[in-house]
Amino acid sequence: MTINTLAKGGWYREQMTCFRKMEKVIVAMQDPDMGMKMRNQRLLITVIPHAMTGRDVIDWLIQKYNICEEEALHVGGMLVRYGYIYPLKEPRSLVLRADETPYRFQTPYFWTSTRWPASELDYAIYLAKKNIRKQGELMEYEKERYSLLHKRINHTWDFVVMQAREQLRASKQRRKADRIVLECQEQAYWLINRPPVRSLTLHYSAVLYHTVLSCIESCRRALGRNRVKSSICLEGFVKFSEQYQNHDPIMQGCLPSNPWISDDTNTHRLERWSFSFMELLNDPIGRREFMTYLEKEFSAENLCFWQACEDIRHGESSKIIQKVEDVYKNFLAPGAARWVNIDSKTMDKTLEGIKHPHRFVMDDAQLHIYFLMKKDSYPRYLKSDLYKNMLAKAIVPQETKKSVFPFMRRQRHSSPSPAQAVTQVTEEDGRAMGAGKAGTNSLPPSPLSLLVTIVTIQGVLSVYSFISD
Amino acid sequence: MCDQTFVAVTFGPCDSCSKASPLMNIYIKNEPINYCSFCVEMMACQGLQKGETLASLKRECDNLKKKLEEERGKLNDVELHQVAEKTEVLGALSVKTRRVLKGHGNKVLCMDWCKDRRRLVSSSQDGKVIVWDAFTLNKEHGITLPCTWVMACAYAPSGCAVACGGLDNKCSVVPLSLDKTENLAAKKKSVAMHTNYVSGCTFTNSDMQLLTCSGDGTCALWDVESGQLLQSFHGHTADVLSLDLAPSETGNTFVSGGCDKKANVWDMRSGQNIQSFESHESDINCVKYYPSGDAFASASDDATCRFYDLRADREVAVYQKDSIIFGASTVDFSLSGRLLFAGYNDYTINAWDVLKGTRVSVLFGHENRISRVRVSPDGTALCSASWDNTLRIWA
Repeated sequence: MTINTLAKGGWYREQMTCFRKMEKVIVAMQDPDMGMKMRNQRLLITVIPHAMTGRDVIDWLIQKYNICEEEALHVGGMLVRYGYIYPLKEPRSLVLRADETPYRFQTPYFWTSTRWPASELDYAIYLAKKNIRKQGELMEYEKERYSLLHKRINHTWDFVVMQAREQLRASKQRRKADRIVLECQEQAYWLINRPPVRSLTLHYSAVLYHTVLSCIESCRRALGRNRVKSSICLEGFVKFSEQYQNHDPIMQGCLPSNPWISDDTNTHRLERWSFSFMELLNDPIGRREFMTYLEKEFSAENLCFWQACEDIRHGESSKIIQKVEDVYKNFLAPGAARWVNIDSKTMDKTLEGIKHPHRFVMDDAQLHIYFLMKKDSYPRYLKSDLYKNMLAKAIVPQETKKSVFPFMRRQRHSSPSPAQAVTQVTEEDGRAMGAGKAGTNSLPPSPLSLLVTIVTIQGVLSVYSFISD
Repeated sequence: MCDQTFVAVTFGPCDSCSKASPLMNIYIKNEPINYCSFCVEMMACQGLQKGETLASLKRECDNLKKKLEEERGKLNDVELHQVAEKTEVLGALSVKTRRVLKGHGNKVLCMDWCKDRRRLVSSSQDGKVIVWDAFTLNKEHGITLPCTWVMACAYAPSGCAVACGGLDNKCSVVPLSLDKTENLAAKKKSVAMHTNYVSGCTFTNSDMQLLTCSGDGTCALWDVESGQLLQSFHGHTADVLSLDLAPSETGNTFVSGGCDKKANVWDMRSGQNIQSFESHESDINCVKYYPSGDAFASASDDATCRFYDLRADREVAVYQKDSIIFGASTVDFSLSGRLLFAGYNDYTINAWDVLKGTRVSVLFGHENRISRVRVSPDGTALCSASWDNTLRIWA
């Protein structure tokens, strides 16, 4: 069973197989030859046939399916819970008792599998009938649901009342016994399908009227929207992709040794700050740099105010009132130490809002300051010496697409050719050897030979072998 | 032997529309007749004001829908692949599996990256939620939840907590502690309560607010501290399977997709449904915003992924191929938005060129269907979670 069957009324679809099995049992119980023993129910003067006791049901189940009493009680209990057998004495107690308690079979018309989904219209008609028949017969929960339905399917109310009256009139023409039986059957059906405890959730039988109305409303709203021409929108995507292309590691290829880059400020990261104000603010180093710049311009209170507002918006609920107080004291009150420049209309609105502080009370003011910084300070920051110096000092990240042969760079610092170095050593050694013929001390490696060893390993080997000779 | 007193026809041809269906017994002018439930509803609505009938309302609805399509078509002066002709063709991706994260005992259903770009959290069918350091393959935290099928998990922006939820109809927040001996499950806090399974969750810009979507057809915004419901979003007519927060400056909208084939854009403050798109042919399994916030992509059981432009208010691209038969369960964009990675139920991940509409690469490796793909916050790696009990990091 996958998740999907749990939704979309899937529960009922799963249970349908169970219902079919239960119905087979019920039909077997009603078999004229092998079925249950029927008794008569006596209600004062009325005699109603086709009743049975709980004990009869259990005995029949034990005998037919060769099971023990406990299991028979359990299976019989299920039959009662799903409404195939209903109790006559205490209709609201849906349990099977193994004694003289009378029960009756539910008619196929009212089986859950037949009448599913139990529609709201039907339920409304049933409650209306009960209400008309005898005032005050509705239970508390039924009264609540009745008024709820009255509100929800109000447009059909004439139909509901009309049907209720018609059904009552038709039932009056029946024999009393039949009338009582029908009332019991109906009551049992609704006790199963609208149990008292379950909360009234939206039932599967969607009221078509409401779905159609809401669809019309949303279409009307959508028609009133402002739309932008496709050419402009699509150009926007192409531009965005081009701008960020070099910064997309998956497309440009990634360094196999370290998939996650270090924290250095390289030119790529600094370039992104110039794409939009949001990019600058989202990067913690960018935000810090911008703050330094603003301090030089004596307008740092704007960014501080913006950060404080962000804190209120995203912070803990319990601290909101305190934080709003602080923000007012530091940034908004007349003569405040770090007063921010907001237009009078927004200021008035914010001050009004502060009287009843909530999470979004600073939104208008914050947005005003945000756009102020974006239009004024941000472009100047990008042109400032501070930013330009950072760019100049930043590390250029290694281009991985072009293959760089490492040794090529070192050619500038390479030592003179091996052949030249060896001849110089030979000369020196020769002189040294000549001088030290008397002493047999081995020569220390001359500085020149040390230089020679850097060039190639092969060269080193040949020099050393020469010296040791 | 049962009661024959109330004889009624239970199944047969309806007296009004002649269709064979379960019948209801109603009275018209004192005469009992048998109608199917649809005809009964139609009858019941006869008494509407202004002489409206349900049929006329339905006609009005269809007309409005047609008009809406016309309006959307008026500003449609160019197609995406035409505009994209001048961009260069992408070569095949040289992306390979760099890490395989093994440790879950059952299907991995969801994963999310941490903002530090190396940690991630994953949840699986056996009720376990694991926090990994993907770089070292170290399992840093393990939380066992009492329910199975943990279908949603999210990392908090601060990196100090994770949220998870699923068949228990709840979404809980678990604070992560560095003390290894502490039992994290004991500190779990229930935040969201739905009346059906939780299919997706995400933190908003802070640790304090949680956005969830559920099989009961609604999305909801919760305050983590108090567990209070701040806003609920009604409008889907079936299970909501996925949601994504907009990366815009004002950060106030999100998109959700569900089994009613609709993708809806919502305003978080007012709870209103701003825009709605219905062009998929089957359940929408996943929705994800384009990095600029002006568009979003969706993955569906009809084996296509679609790209919707929010400003032009229409679908601008469909990513499909005849050889792709199985449904797509998840999508994510690369950092520049040029590539769209989609995970399918045929165990593969396809990388699509968003602008040109062509497929760039296929990534093979998993041995069962892909449940989630996510690109890391810095765009260097792609993580895929699958029903084969593993996660893979591609770079």
